[in-house]
Amino acid sequence: MKRLALLVGGVFALGAMVWAAQNPLLINGAGASFPNPIYSKWFDEYHKKNANIQFNYQSVGSGAGIKQVTDGTVDFGATDGPMNDDQLKAFQDKRGSAILHFPTVLGAAVPTYNVPGVSGALNFTPEALAGIFLGKITKWNDPALASANKGVNLPANDIVVVHRSDGSGTTYIWTDYLSKISEEWKSKVGKNTSVNWPVGLGGKGNEGVTGLIKQTPNSIGYVELIYAAQNNIPYGAVKNSSGNFVKADLAGVSAAAAGAAKDIPEDFRVSITNAPGKNAYPISSFTWLLIPQKFQDAGKRDAVKGFLKWMLTDGQNYAEGLSYAKLPKEIIEKEKKAINNIQ
Amino acid sequence: MATAKTTLPNAGPVTGSRSFLSRLRDGDEIARLVTMVFAATVVLITLLLVYELWTNSALARAKFGLHFLVTRVWDPNIDQYGALPFMYGTLVTSAVALFIAVPLGIGAAIFLAELAPPRISDTLQFFIDLLAAVPSVIYGLLGVFIIVPLMRTVIFPGLNKPLGFMPFFKGPSYGVGFLTAGIVLAIMVIPYIISVSREVLLSVPRDQREAALALGSTRWESTWKVVVPFAKTGILGSVFLALARALGETMAVTMVIGNTPTISASLFSPGDSIASVIANQFTEATGDVYLQALVELGLVLFLMTFILNGLARILIVVTTQRGSGVPT
Repeated sequence: MKRLALLVGGVFALGAMVWAAQNPLLINGAGASFPNPIYSKWFDEYHKKNANIQFNYQSVGSGAGIKQVTDGTVDFGATDGPMNDDQLKAFQDKRGSAILHFPTVLGAAVPTYNVPGVSGALNFTPEALAGIFLGKITKWNDPALASANKGVNLPANDIVVVHRSDGSGTTYIWTDYLSKISEEWKSKVGKNTSVNWPVGLGGKGNEGVTGLIKQTPNSIGYVELIYAAQNNIPYGAVKNSSGNFVKADLAGVSAAAAGAAKDIPEDFRVSITNAPGKNAYPISSFTWLLIPQKFQDAGKRDAVKGFLKWMLTDGQNYAEGLSYAKLPKEIIEKEKKAINNIQ
Repeated sequence: MATAKTTLPNAGPVTGSRSFLSRLRDGDEIARLVTMVFAATVVLITLLLVYELWTNSALARAKFGLHFLVTRVWDPNIDQYGALPFMYGTLVTSAVALFIAVPLGIGAAIFLAELAPPRISDTLQFFIDLLAAVPSVIYGLLGVFIIVPLMRTVIFPGLNKPLGFMPFFKGPSYGVGFLTAGIVLAIMVIPYIISVSREVLLSVPRDQREAALALGSTRWESTWKVVVPFAKTGILGSVFLALARALGETMAVTMVIGNTPTISASLFSPGDSIASVIANQFTEATGDVYLQALVELGLVLFLMTFILNGLARILIVVTTQRGSGVPT
């Protein structure tokens, strides 16, 4: 019995010592799931370099991320769609300071489809995409599709639209784009992480949408570029604001951010869908970290600032390996200045 | 299980004149207190659940009132929410599931309990118990990879051609929809119905069967006219267990229902269910009313389950009073 007590005591003492030795500063965050792979990588790498700082990130979704950072249950949030004015005000009211948006990497949504007899990449004009998702273009051989795909034998079949059934940043990017290029979409449907779709079937997650499209002939939907790239899912090109058909790749997404850079507002809350630029892919978006402007704890503040600086420099090199598009240098310079606003 | 009381000897509490202290020493009193706390916990959890659902949906309840139950629109952009298409989808898929699963399940249970040789019955029962333990996502995958294509290429043409004049079987079919979800749910709940019904049938006293046979009935007559009516309460219990599972099933349904809030008489139409939409939209729901509308959907599902269970109780009371031979 005595030995047992000694043993238990010893284990506790050892645990306490280990805890004391590796008692890093814990900084908790929560939010978007789309950037979770790169955030995990970053936080892991950053901890290796700075053993005294440990970031914890829960990918609970953008909505929950905004809610948790507003409630003060986490130190920072992350989102795929910028916070709206009401949400900024709610944060100001509850926490007594502003919240800052920091773009970290970029993502994109791509149109993917299953049309019997069509193997190559299809070209989509903005009008065609809006028409299809509004339920106005119902046949694959509609002139709006045929004129952009000369030489492709499009069948006279009914189009089956597939969208995400779960709330998602990808849906936000997609509907944000449709809102920009179609007045009708903007007034009838609007942009959000989930919307009241005029037509179509819902699939859960990128894999759900892909599964439905693979199984349903004559279907069209949208998935994240990363998902399409990693799973070799064929996808189409979209006509950008310069009139070029661009098939999404990481360079095209970064180009969209570069094109939008000179008009970017001070708070970085900007949509870069349909951005100017010859090679810009039009359905691209930032994903943001949400950092409170004022920290109570100076240690946490300095750790967060240090991380942001690292993320904008060395951290960016990890992006393309994980299929995220890097920030263009114009944006990085602006963000470096914005870090000084954190107090 | 309801049948235990028919087989066990009546073992009431042995109390009498012994003092509280001696009962405490024997453990009776401790056992009584401990188990009572456990029982109270269950009640407490239920109450807490209702309280949470109620308070966390206050905004949505105030904004929409009872209109929530009859509104078809679900649009986060204009902050308008209505539960009707989801309630419809939940009820229709569960009804389809029971329509398929009840005859199949009870039929199989009768075979296993009454007609099959014991060795075959036990072996099959082992597999049925295995099926009952399969996670629902697996049934969802079964639905996606087998039933959805089958629906589009075989079942839909097969039903639409002869019966397409009826609104229930109108096209087009995308493979996913109410009927597909109902079939997947049926496959999921059949093991429950078989397993429980078989146990109930097996526990019908032997003398009931012997009496029927002695009166000159055939094997089937004694099964169908004596044993099954005797076990009716328990069999109904198994059906309501299945219904509860079907109402609340989330993952398998969301994979095959099409996730489109529609109200359509056609069973081939894509739809949505309460559990499915909550699972889909909760994590990314921004805005208080949106979030609370989802919680209110949870409340609606809870009430639906509650009401259906109440109806089940009434049904059991009514049918047993009509004299099925079950001692009450």
